[in-house]
Amino acid sequence: MDSVLSEDPVALKILIAGGFGVGKTTLVGAVSEIKPLRTEEVLSDRGIGIDDLDGVEGKNTTTVAMDFGRITIREGLVVYLFGTPGQERFWFMWDELSYGALGAVVIADTRRLTDCFPSVDYFEQRGTPFVVAVNCFDGAARHSIDDVRIALDLDDDVPVLLCDVRRRASAKEVMIALVEHSLRTLASAN
Amino acid sequence: MSDSPQWLDEEAGPVVRPYALIRGRTHPSGDAFDLVATVRAIGDPPSGELGPEERHILRAARGPISVADLAVELDLPVGVVRVLLGDLRDQALISVTSPPAVGARSNERILKEVINGLRAL
Ligand SMILES: Nc1nc2c(ncn2[C@@H]2O[C@H](COP(=O)(O)OP(=O)(O)OP(=O)(O)O)[C@@H](O)[C@H]2O)c(=O)[nH]1
Ligand SMILES: [Mg+2]
Repeated sequence: MDSVLSEDPVALKILIAGGFGVGKTTLVGAVSEIKPLRTEEVLSDRGIGIDDLDGVEGKNTTTVAMDFGRITIREGLVVYLFGTPGQERFWFMWDELSYGALGAVVIADTRRLTDCFPSVDYFEQRGTPFVVAVNCFDGAARHSIDDVRIALDLDDDVPVLLCDVRRRASAKEVMIALVEHSLRTLASAN
Repeated sequence: MSDSPQWLDEEAGPVVRPYALIRGRTHPSGDAFDLVATVRAIGDPPSGELGPEERHILRAARGPISVADLAVELDLPVGVVRVLLGDLRDQALISVTSPPAVGARSNERILKEVINGLRAL
């Protein structure tokens, strides 16, 4: 089994975050084969939808479905996408997901910009590289990138892009912008 | 868009059933496995003692496979799969390799490869 380590596939994680209905699932599906991944947590003191599970050590758990996608760059190099709800009460899932993550895409809808505040806060605090992708829903008031940047109080180096997550080319551009940003973050840290 | 919390998987039915598989345990023995940790079957499986899910894991892990992909393949919640993996590791039937702590995000060459790969998609 000596050769096992060198053969191990390289796995990269990217998080897709943002408020309800902002386009997370659509984005993951646009660039990868998407599958629902069931995850569950013990909810003893988290105060959300408690299911009573008699006989299971008195533990309260609930099931949360995440969007899960994979992009095979080449054999042995895979990018995994995880789309997760953006509310603060799900941060317990993010702690695991962001561990060692390449970065995150925060999807914003300019009609409900505040919905992505918790995501932005979270990644800023964690020091996870992230980009903000403004999903341009039809008929949504188009704000300039600068307006979004100011409203979200973003650092100058955080990329903000306009996108249409339904279009593969646009979704791809978002992913590339994120990896380029991670690369820059890495270079400036060295 | 919808205001209802669709990610709450009500159709999944009671979560008791999968947990019954692992006798109510919610944590694997030993360290938790990262979602993108690599699992491989090793050694010869004993014939009698394994349940169908454990056999399924061993089949799926003949080649390297991630914990998340295994959960999808078995159609079980990740936590249940982790417990099953802990049992299989305790029996030396699988090896689990965790990704490095900082991840490959610290590897410039790999990031460039990813950028080129995404462009070529
Ligand atoms: N017109 C328009 N519709 C979009 C766009 N992006 C997503 N949608 C639609 O908006 C709805 C919500 O998109 P989803 O991808 O499910 O959003 P989500 O963030 O995964 O939603 P939740 O998981 O419920 O939080 C879907 O019906 C999409 O087809 C867009 O750019 N323009
Ligand atoms: Mg969704």
